[in-house]
Amino acid sequence: MVLALVEHEDGRVDELSLQALALARSLGEPVAALLVGGREAAAELGAHGVATAYVAEDERLAAYAPAAWARCVDELIERTGPSAVVAAGTNRGNEVLAHVAARRDLPFAANCTAIGAAAATPSANTAAGTPTAASTPIAAASLDVTRVRWGGSLLEESRVHGPLPLLTVAPHAVAAATVNGAAAPAIESFAPALEPADLLVQVVEHVEAAQTGVSLAEAKVVVSGGRGVGSADGFGILEELAALLDAAVGCSRVVTSAGWRPHTDQVGQTGTKVSPDLYIACGISGATQHIAGCKGAKKILAINSDAEAPILGNADYAVIGDLTEIVPAITAELRRTRAP
Amino acid sequence: VRILVCVKRVPLTGGKMVLTEDEQALETRHLGFTISPHEECGVEEAVRLVEQHGGDVTVLTLGPPEAEEQIRDALATGADRGILLETDGEERDPQATAAAIVAEAADYDLVVFGNESADAGNFQVGVRVAYALGRPVVTGLKGLSVDDGRLRCEQEVTGGRDVYLVPLPAVVSVLEGINLPRYPSVPAKLRARQKPVEKRAPARPEPRLERRRLVVPPGQGKRAEILGRGPDAAPAVVDVMRELGVA
Repeated sequence: MVLALVEHEDGRVDELSLQALALARSLGEPVAALLVGGREAAAELGAHGVATAYVAEDERLAAYAPAAWARCVDELIERTGPSAVVAAGTNRGNEVLAHVAARRDLPFAANCTAIGAAAATPSANTAAGTPTAASTPIAAASLDVTRVRWGGSLLEESRVHGPLPLLTVAPHAVAAATVNGAAAPAIESFAPALEPADLLVQVVEHVEAAQTGVSLAEAKVVVSGGRGVGSADGFGILEELAALLDAAVGCSRVVTSAGWRPHTDQVGQTGTKVSPDLYIACGISGATQHIAGCKGAKKILAINSDAEAPILGNADYAVIGDLTEIVPAITAELRRTRAP
Repeated sequence: VRILVCVKRVPLTGGKMVLTEDEQALETRHLGFTISPHEECGVEEAVRLVEQHGGDVTVLTLGPPEAEEQIRDALATGADRGILLETDGEERDPQATAAAIVAEAADYDLVVFGNESADAGNFQVGVRVAYALGRPVVTGLKGLSVDDGRLRCEQEVTGGRDVYLVPLPAVVSVLEGINLPRYPSVPAKLRARQKPVEKRAPARPEPRLERRRLVVPPGQGKRAEILGRGPDAAPAVVDVMRELGVA
C-alpha cells in the first residue's frame, strides 16, 4: 500500500495533491490517503483511486503545525506499514515529509517527476508528464526516481535506498486523473497522540495582505522586464502596457538584486512561478533561473536587442530591437486599434 | 545571539544547462560560482540580527576547497568567521550533509539555512539538523525578528502571511526576498581575508539518496518566430495578442 498525504482547503482537495495521487498510483499498489482534518474533502478521493482515507482529527490541528502533521504520518506508517509515502511538492508537502524523514532517519526525494521503472529508463519520457501505464511494484530495498534540480531546468535520476521511500511529486509534472468505476473511499478517523513538542511550531496568527492590482501568479498576461530595462524608472513603459492589458508586471532576478523592483515582482526559480496565456519578456536575457519561473506560460514573446539571447530559445515570438521604442509602439498600436 | 548560517556553493548557470560527458555534473569550466540565492539572504538576515541584538555570525559550507571563496564572500558582507567542511567535490546526499553540519552546530542559538539549495533542491537539510539537535524548526521564511527572547517567523502564504513564535535555540530556513543582501565594500573584502576560517574534512558516508545521472529536460532549443525588428513590429505583436485573446 502507498500512503499519500493529501492537502485540502475549504472542503476541496488541492489540485497538486490529486497530481501526487496520480503518480502514487503508478506504483501499482492500493493507495490510502491521509488528511489532517477535512473529512468532507475525503469523499472525492475515490475517483482518484483512494480506497481508504484516514482523517486525523484533533482540535489542536486546526492551525498548521508541521511536526504535528509529521506525527500523523508517522502513526499511520506504524499502523499500516506502507511501502512508500507520497505527498505533493508544495511548501507543506515538502516540509512535512522532511520532518517524517528526520524523525525516522529515512531518505526523502523531493519533487519527483517519475517513479519506478519510468524513472530509470534512459531517454524514456521521464519529463513528458504522464506516468507509465504499466505498474511498477516497489523493489525490496530501493526505488528509482526522477526528480527536479535547478527548479526544473535539470532532472536527476536517483535511487532511494531503504525500506520506505518518502517522495513528493513536482507540481504539474503529471496530470491529475480519475479512475473508472471507483467507489467512495472508506473513511476512518483517528486521533493522533500529539505531544507538546509537536505543537511548539504552529501558526499563531494569519496576517491578511492588502490586495494590490493583478496578482503575478494568476495574471493572464505578464509584462516582465530584465537588465535591458536599464533602471527602476525604465519600468514606466512596461507598467503602461500592462495597465492596457490588465496584466501584472514582473521582472528578472537581476532587477530585484539591483533594487529596481520589489522581490514580490520577481519571476524565477527563487521568485514567483507564473503561468499566463502570454508572457512578454522585455530585455531579459533568459537565464535558466528566470526560465524556471516563466516556462509555465502558454506563449512567450521576447523583446530583445540581441537576436542571439538565450531567451529566444525559450520564446514563441520575438521582436528584435530597442525595447524603449518597441514597448511604447505596442502600447500606441493597442490604443489606436481599440479607439472607436 | 550566536548564529550559524549554512550556505552552498553553486555555479552561475547562465542561459543553458550543459552536462559533462559522463552526465554526472554540470559542465562548469566556463562558469562562475556563487552562494545559492536563498542562503545569500540567510547570511544577510543573520548579520542584521546581530547588528540589532549583538552576537556573532559563523558561516559554514560543505563543499570543495574552492568553496572558501563563498565563505570569504559571506565574511565580506558581515559574517565573523567561517567553517569549511571540505569534500572531494562530490555532492553529498541530504542525510550526509545534515550529519556533517550537526557535528558543528550544537553551540549556536540560531542555525539558518536557505529553504532549498539552488541546484539540488532537496528541501530537507535544515529540518534534519533541527531534529538531530532537538530544536524547533520553521521553514520558508520571508520575515524574521527576535522579540523578547523568541523568534517571530513569517511565511508568505496565499492571501497573506502566517506567523509563528518560536523559542530559542532554533533552526530556520529563509527564502530570497526576506531582505536585499548588501554588496561588500572594498575594505570589507580586504578585512574578510583576515577573518578566521576553520577547515575540516568529514568522511563521506554511502548515499541513501543516490544520484545516478543528470538529464537535460526536453524543451530547450525552441526557435522563436521573429515578428519584426524595432517599433514597426508593433502591429504584428498586437495581431498575436488578438489571436491569443489577450488584447
